[in-house]
Amino acid sequence: MDIELITNILYATIRTGTPLILIALGEMVCEKSGVLNLGQEGMMLMGAVVGFMAAVTTGNLYLAVLAAVVAGILMSALFGFISISLVSNQVATGLALTIFGGGLSAFLGASYVGMGIDGVQPMFIPLLSDIPVIGKILFQQDPLVYLSFALFGLVYWVFKCTRVGLNIRAVGENPEAANAMGINVHAVRYMCVIFGGAMTGLAGGYLSLAYTPLWSEGMTAGKGWIALSLVVFASWKAERIMLGAYLFGAASIMHLILQGTRFEIAPNLLAMLPYVATILVLVFLSSNHAKTKLNTPMSLGVPYRPQL
Amino acid sequence: MSNAFSSSLEFIFPFKIEKRPSDSKLMSYLSPLIAILFTLISGAFLFLSLGVDPSTALYTFFIMPLTDVYGWTELGIKVAPLLLCATGLTLCFKAKIWNIGAEGQFIMGALGGGAMALQFLESDSSWVLIPILIAGMLSGLAWAGLAALLKTHFKANEILTTIMLNYIALNALLYFVHGPLKDPNGFNFPQSALFSDSSLLPLLSADYRLNISLLFGLFALVVIWALMSRSWIGYQINVLGEDSAAARYAGFKEKTLTWFALLTCGALAGLAGVSEVTGPVGQLIPHVSPGYGYAAIIVVFLGRMQPVGILLASMLLALTYMGGEMVQMEMTLPKSLTGLFQGMLLFFLLATDLLISYRIIRIKKSNVPSDNAITVSQG
Repeated sequence: MDIELITNILYATIRTGTPLILIALGEMVCEKSGVLNLGQEGMMLMGAVVGFMAAVTTGNLYLAVLAAVVAGILMSALFGFISISLVSNQVATGLALTIFGGGLSAFLGASYVGMGIDGVQPMFIPLLSDIPVIGKILFQQDPLVYLSFALFGLVYWVFKCTRVGLNIRAVGENPEAANAMGINVHAVRYMCVIFGGAMTGLAGGYLSLAYTPLWSEGMTAGKGWIALSLVVFASWKAERIMLGAYLFGAASIMHLILQGTRFEIAPNLLAMLPYVATILVLVFLSSNHAKTKLNTPMSLGVPYRPQL
Repeated sequence: MSNAFSSSLEFIFPFKIEKRPSDSKLMSYLSPLIAILFTLISGAFLFLSLGVDPSTALYTFFIMPLTDVYGWTELGIKVAPLLLCATGLTLCFKAKIWNIGAEGQFIMGALGGGAMALQFLESDSSWVLIPILIAGMLSGLAWAGLAALLKTHFKANEILTTIMLNYIALNALLYFVHGPLKDPNGFNFPQSALFSDSSLLPLLSADYRLNISLLFGLFALVVIWALMSRSWIGYQINVLGEDSAAARYAGFKEKTLTWFALLTCGALAGLAGVSEVTGPVGQLIPHVSPGYGYAAIIVVFLGRMQPVGILLASMLLALTYMGGEMVQMEMTLPKSLTGLFQGMLLFFLLATDLLISYRIIRIKKSNVPSDNAITVSQG
């Protein structure tokens, strides 16, 4: 393998890892507050289709990204209302969100299939992008990739250094105690769920506006679910989400990596790789079951009913 | 506890929810009906927003497919796989095993059974159906066995593993219809050769496509119902789902029960898959399932895990597939309305399920909240 191929592989790894990072960071915040939102796939599809529709109708990519985020927010607010206010089963509600998002996105996007747009273009960072190898990998990406770096920094900082992060964790670990401390448990959970929705909407927008600038039904192909596994893999730590997302990113571009070797594998078999990798990761984690349990927010998935 | 956030919501939504002393049996049967009603109302608004007459569209979607015998037999073709998957899923969900993998087990059943059927292209003995159906069931069972192994041995979350197995199964099917099982005389289309007539399921009536898979479905429904309500293992599964600590205390073998539930579900979903390819499809194609495995999840919730409920819910979900095709043909509306209606149905159901344990009461101006009352927005 020559250096140019390796550079290209790492460049593509960052790109494929980006939507996973966005979803996983959002879901991590959501789970830290004690809410398990399995509807990532549905929210992501909605972000992708609404972003793409906005791009086609307005021609403005900034508006399109914004539209994708708003779509994610609306979907997550719906999830929040049913699972937080109406204290429904979070697992079932998340599945419903995925099925509903799949159906609604296919319906909305039916007339947009096959259309093309000029996607988000790479933005070269002055000077830095001229560095050999690293410049291409890190500083010739599109703006949404840079945004994912920034959002990682934000989430990391919030949980490491701020009271907000502390409050979110208190709500996820022990909502009764948090309530007694004067924290509005439902408000915190709503905020976290909506943040997660915004991130997943953005990830959907990244997919249909930058990664592959088009819309096709079910185009997320399980990325939402992979990101959910990633949160467990990362034991709810932002820096490990980054690492994991790029590992999964690499697994999904195996065809590119294999170009440099003599192996010939059918594309459909290669397409299985990220899913197989996800299962292997889940298996690997269980070898350390006690530690996973230690890191899991105590009240994850348990609806909270305030007692007056 | 009242704050600006909640009181502003009280202003626009002057109701609060209050826990019932005990769960309402009536509501657990009424809430699916309320959910269907809400879905129909939302559907009407949806059609209005598309600029079509809602009554015509709803009629075309929900009534027109069933105006003749042919329509009912076509409904039966779609009810069969839903029934098979839903009965299997009921077993899993009763044990609180969140098996989302019926779709993958269905696909593997279709693939395994289909691969077997391709071995009998020249045969005209009707006995070949038996190895074909068994191959399909075993393939689905093996696929569910993987999920069971991952859950019992590696303690991996079954929701995530079964979803991943669904995607892997789909890619396996794609690999085989694009590669080893592609019809050599098929002009390079990604599909297998047509199965021989003897490999196809017997029709219930020569005039229609409906075959005996509907009987498989009804039989499975009765057997699973008897198992759950009349047998020792069914009782253990119920206890495991209600209270896993109690099940362990009673000495029930959680791992064995998990294997049993998942393998049974896999075999049933596999049977549904092989029945689909040896029934209405007649060959292996890239898209053997229009999402039956996922729709069956809705069937289980909507049918309250009761036999009659599951049968009725299967019919309704089968109707959403036919309705989608019908509005596409008659009114050139997108077929994807099917998924939208299915999603709305499940959402409204989960929301109205609140009414089982809670009741909604109007907040009066002078009302002092009672001890166990909470407002919808309170934090």
